Amino acid sequence: MNRVLAPKTFMIVAGLVGGALASFMTYLGNPANMGLCIACFTRDIAGALGLHRAATVQYLRPEIMGIALGAFLSALIFGEFRARGGSAPLVRFFLGAFFMIGALVFLGCPVRVVLRLAGGDLNAVAGLAGVMAGALAGIYFLKQGFNLGRWQPTYTAAGWLMPLFMLGLLLLAIFRPAFILFSKEGPGAAHALLGVSLVAGLIIGFLAQRTRMCFVGGWRDLFLVKDTYLFSGIAAFFVGALLVNAIIGKIHIGFMGQPAAQTNQLWNFLGMALAGLTATLMGGCPLRQTVLASEGDTDAGVAIMGMLAGTAFAHNFQLASSPQGPSAYGPVAVIIGLVFAVAVGLFMRESVD
Amino acid sequence: MVEVDVRGLSCPIPVVKTKKAMEQNPGQPLAVLTDNETSKENVSRLAGSRGYQIQVEKVGGGYRLLLTPGKN
Repeated sequence: MNRVLAPKTFMIVAGLVGGALASFMTYLGNPANMGLCIACFTRDIAGALGLHRAATVQYLRPEIMGIALGAFLSALIFGEFRARGGSAPLVRFFLGAFFMIGALVFLGCPVRVVLRLAGGDLNAVAGLAGVMAGALAGIYFLKQGFNLGRWQPTYTAAGWLMPLFMLGLLLLAIFRPAFILFSKEGPGAAHALLGVSLVAGLIIGFLAQRTRMCFVGGWRDLFLVKDTYLFSGIAAFFVGALLVNAIIGKIHIGFMGQPAAQTNQLWNFLGMALAGLTATLMGGCPLRQTVLASEGDTDAGVAIMGMLAGTAFAHNFQLASSPQGPSAYGPVAVIIGLVFAVAVGLFMRESVD
Repeated sequence: MVEVDVRGLSCPIPVVKTKKAMEQNPGQPLAVLTDNETSKENVSRLAGSRGYQIQVEKVGGGYRLLLTPGKN
């Protein structure tokens, strides 16, 4: 596939397809401007598993399992599956958790920032600025020698654990045992048919694995080495989403009354600055972490577990924002997260030689 | 020759280390040892954009990238 098209052309095609598909998912039943959101969907999964009890955001989103399994199959087919781990997993767990707290104060991950912009939600401008600021802060630490250390090869069976976990979640989504919670109303009840969501996820997972698409890495590489490869995927994703939104009539430009959004721009910015910084320190956005975990990267698997825990805390402690604005404790949690992330950046570095 | 070992390091640290080595050794060839496709691609893109010629050699469990600077 990559041999047929030049890598960047393939990336642009993948971005267009991914963005178009993500927007089309809102037509097929997913929440508005939320055709695909790794933060929101991970949060819904945490809810379905009963890790938090916010009744309106509980659903086992098959898009996530599709992305993981699509990337897993792609990695196997192209001989890129490699079981590995041991690069500061606990640090990655906390980075993943704080990522989600920042993202849920903004209300969306770096993928949804792009989708919200493509739907005309101008609150996402502050979120996007936050992602860029976070990436720039991360670059500063990278240049100072920040590094979570080298991974080691590990047992192939260990690398299979996350794909099997995702397969297990998919089986739970299909068979719906009584202990799994499903929202009866709210965003958690808005979803496409299971099979459709799964196929969309499989396609996006395959494309993301082949292209290494990353919604934080794109900004990072643009600023760090003026490399536009990953960025071209983000830009194309935006264009694809914009075109489909125009066709299905889902562009509403403005700040007020936007779906699953809040209008406090300071916390939109700082929430996503936390997300951008933690993702840069982890080496990629949640989409990329999901793909890496499916390629055998057990550290990325730990980051995903941290994200699940983070979304659970975000709702159990009422840190997540609502359409009325940030919650009482959300901003405090973002500040704690920023302090943690800066400490990671400062204290976990090799001496610069 | 200057050798940069980026095995076991995840994106973007291989690129940061290679870039640093390029800046510290201008006009000199570099060898970069990597163990995965993604960092091979990323380091190659960086080298290409800075006018280096890239030779990829498959070695046990990964790649050795030989980066030779252009004439300018």
